Amino acid sequence: MSYRDIYADLVDEPGALLPIFHRIQDRLGHVPQDALPEIAQALNLSRAEVHGVMSFYHDFRAEPAGRCVVKVCRAEACQAMGANALVRHAEQRIGTPLGSTCADGSVTLEATYCLGNCALSPAVMVNGALKGRVTPERFDALLAAAQHKEQAA
Amino acid sequence: MTRIYVPRDSAALSVGADEVAAAIVAEAARLGVTIELVRNGSRGLLWLEPLVEVATPQGRVAYGPVAVEDVPGLFAAGFLNGGAHALAHGLTEQIPYLARQERLTFARVGITDPLSLDDYLAHDGFRGLRAALALAPAAVVQQVTDSGLRGRGGAAFPTGIKWKTVLGAQAAQKYVVCNADEGDSGTFSDRMIMEDDPFVLIEGMTIAGIATGATRGYIYVRSEYPHAFEVLGQAIAMATQAGYLGDDVLGSGRAFRLDVRLGAGAYICGEETALLESLEGKRGIVRYKPPIPALKGLFGQPTVVNNVISFASVPIILDRGAEFYKNYGMGRSRGTLPFQLAGNIRHGGLVEKAFGLTLRDLVEGFGGGTASGRPVRAVQVGGPLGAYVPASQFDTPLDYEAYVGISAMIGHGGLVVFDDTVDMAEMARYAMEFCAIESCGKCTPCRIGSTRGVEVIDRIIANQDRAANIELLRSLCDTMLGGSLCALGGMAPYPVLSALKHFPQDFGIETSQLAA
Ligand SMILES: Cc1cc2nc3c(=O)[nH]c(=O)nc-3n(C[C@H](O)[C@H](O)[C@H](O)COP(=O)(O)O)c2cc1C
Ligand code: SF4
Repeated sequence: MSYRDIYADLVDEPGALLPIFHRIQDRLGHVPQDALPEIAQALNLSRAEVHGVMSFYHDFRAEPAGRCVVKVCRAEACQAMGANALVRHAEQRIGTPLGSTCADGSVTLEATYCLGNCALSPAVMVNGALKGRVTPERFDALLAAAQHKEQAA
Repeated sequence: MTRIYVPRDSAALSVGADEVAAAIVAEAARLGVTIELVRNGSRGLLWLEPLVEVATPQGRVAYGPVAVEDVPGLFAAGFLNGGAHALAHGLTEQIPYLARQERLTFARVGITDPLSLDDYLAHDGFRGLRAALALAPAAVVQQVTDSGLRGRGGAAFPTGIKWKTVLGAQAAQKYVVCNADEGDSGTFSDRMIMEDDPFVLIEGMTIAGIATGATRGYIYVRSEYPHAFEVLGQAIAMATQAGYLGDDVLGSGRAFRLDVRLGAGAYICGEETALLESLEGKRGIVRYKPPIPALKGLFGQPTVVNNVISFASVPIILDRGAEFYKNYGMGRSRGTLPFQLAGNIRHGGLVEKAFGLTLRDLVEGFGGGTASGRPVRAVQVGGPLGAYVPASQFDTPLDYEAYVGISAMIGHGGLVVFDDTVDMAEMARYAMEFCAIESCGKCTPCRIGSTRGVEVIDRIIANQDRAANIELLRSLCDTMLGGSLCALGGMAPYPVLSALKHFPQDFGIETSQLAA
């Protein structure tokens, strides 16, 4: 299959590779590896280069994520407010270690390093929405709400 | 009709500002009163978010932190007329935290609707750009130089000197690039400017373009800031529509076109040359300098790279004059810095003040001590590469040179406060771990040294051959300090060594053993 329609308008932008990866991941939830050769061709780059860029950046996924993506901030300001305990709680609650997706594919749990919400720590991001002052109880409520919303959709 | 303000800043949204706004609208409808709801930026009194303000003849009255459940009670207490309530804080402008600030760069933040050009113009917007357009490029650069403004991204390089280099370079295409990668934990001032006063950044970058002859600009925003990315896109479209950007800026015949680009989760892309690589569509790997970006930057062309706050401070300098700005501050640290109070702090938020105040003023005076109510043990100043400052150094003035004097750095102005439950050996370990995770991999001391650093600290914590491993840690830090290409590997030792120096007991060393 071709992915070209997704990003055709970006090809002539200078330095188009990151915008293209973002666009594809926005649409498909990940960047399928079979898209890389055609992107390489469209931008006149080597496959190795395109692959190298894709794997350099933490954001881009080669595989689909869980239906709900939860990022927990591990950086210093959040650590000062109990982020390590929150990470342990999240791992237990979701039943999967940080940096993985739980077995039924419902939730991907990831670490992040600063969400810019450092006065309202600890912070998490649930499906792209920033949350602050996240106690373990609030974490459970936020997760339940996100899963509820996802089921309704 | 009463005007009510509920912030749209993402910190406020993160604790329910949208829900509160909806509840206010619903309650007003239920009671049959008409209100005008404005989604302003945040005042930066973040512990009070969501902070709702009501316009009264005396001024705006603040209520916060407001939860959805509080809304009916606020109406019942007559908050539309500024009525008394347990959450009331009186006139916003008179809250000491705000009243004691010197807001130059953040003059409009929290007051205006970030996406209202009318608001922006009514609050001195685009006066700096108009002033710049009336001057020769070299005169604009001179104003910036004379103001004493130094880069707010961390390295504190004089902004005017950088601009002068770009102005003097000959090239068909020059660029202005805004570093909005704000990766330091404990910092959010860039985010607030982008979300809460985006036009000031656009104005500052346009002035940079006019001053240096660059006709294209990029803002590189980290992907952790989706809201800022969206606001900037809208603001750029509005500014272009109104003729502040485009082929003919305000009818001057000068062109300046601006685009926003998204990062992809790499701390190292905050380093300016890695950022340029990333903008070019490559891996974010640090370049050797020279050549400096001012001469060979984006796509090999002369490029101004500055931090968000550096650009956002330029309009007021052009509007009020270099002298005005320079009169704030101390020594060679001129003007103001938006400090960010973060971590375990009672009153976390943004405090813009002239250089020269102390950590004690900020943490105890403004911040009110820790959120936990326990004693403050350490403050990490300047992000993950910044030193841990102990209470004994809280009276050192916040001045670039004075901080270098205590082996610390002000950086981007973030302060992360820790109480006495912190384990500083664990924080030192984290500094090395972070460096290992984020290293671009170009140099060995950083790439390998940081991983070794984690292992060595683990052995120290586990009390395996402790004295020898502490020696090893020091020598490893030495190697990283001296042998790294950029400040990620070159400064990661600062938090480690400062933790070791000021909190040796956390590494299992008796203070008496430390004479050497
Ligand atoms: C590892 C590393 C990360 C950096 N991160 C940022 C950042 O997030 N934002 C920023 O403005 N500068 C950052 N810098 C500093 C930039 O390299 C550069 O000095 C700055 O963008 C210049 O702009 P200024 O003079 O206005 O500060 C970083 C530097 C290093 C070594
Ligand atoms: S110090 Fe680290 S991040 Fe910087 S250039 Fe070297 S390897 Fe890359």
